[in-house]
Amino acid sequence: MLSLNAFLLLSAVLFCIGLFGALSKRNAVAILMSIELMFNAVNIMLVAFARFLAPASTVGQALPPVSTVGQVFTIFIITVAAAEAAVGLAIVLAIYRTRRTISVDEVNLMKW
Amino acid sequence: MNDPVVILAFAVLAIVMLVSAAAVVLLRNIVHCALFLALSFLSVAGIYILLNAEFLAAVQILIYAGAVMILLLFAIMLTQRAGAIAENPPNNQVGMAAVVAVALFGLLALVLSGTSWLTGAPAATQPNTEALGRALFEYYVLPFEIASVLLLVAMIGAIVIARED
Repeated sequence: MLSLNAFLLLSAVLFCIGLFGALSKRNAVAILMSIELMFNAVNIMLVAFARFLAPASTVGQALPPVSTVGQVFTIFIITVAAAEAAVGLAIVLAIYRTRRTISVDEVNLMKW
Repeated sequence: MNDPVVILAFAVLAIVMLVSAAAVVLLRNIVHCALFLALSFLSVAGIYILLNAEFLAAVQILIYAGAVMILLLFAIMLTQRAGAIAENPPNNQVGMAAVVAVALFGLLALVLSGTSWLTGAPAATQPNTEALGRALFEYYVLPFEIASVLLLVAMIGAIVIARED
């Protein structure tokens, strides 16, 4: 039986793997990759809720059905994640150009 | 969702996704990490198909496995010293990071399995891309336009930040 909980647990495992990577990496690009994994975990959870939650939980008649609302949320998250990746990698390139390293242990300019 | 083929597909996709995600955070060569990240994105697209979200599966492959992966690979190539092996060492807080991740997973598993969700949505039998487009352009027009402005801002910002001089 493939229930909502299977997808939610899969998403939780993926999120925790991404969290571990974001906390334990030196390379700034690797940290951005781990953050992308966490975005994907959240997206899986939203789409699973959209697929499984009962229509009775729709907010009201003025809104589209809950199955489409979850997917619309996911589209916006993907948009913002793409923008984040572009700006983040541009910052990584700028840091590499000035300091010749992207190890976040050595880029501590703003550390007080 | 009780079809054995569906359950088998879910199991295969979940195992591929989690193993490649673990490879992303554990391997030392960052180019290998990026390639495993692409595999993980592709299996997420498969999960979307299992969840009746075929448009999102296409978007996932186009945006993540296409555009974001190319960006990441370019960033990796542009930030390597010539001749150096692509290194991706862990920092000195691996143990704490593992503890935090496992603790968060325990908390999430406890909450997720302890909640009784109001499930029971009927399985969609026809493609819902049309419904998605209607929802996007009838109810969410303003967020859609703001998202396009956000992408423009991010594009200009990325060009300005990464430009020489």
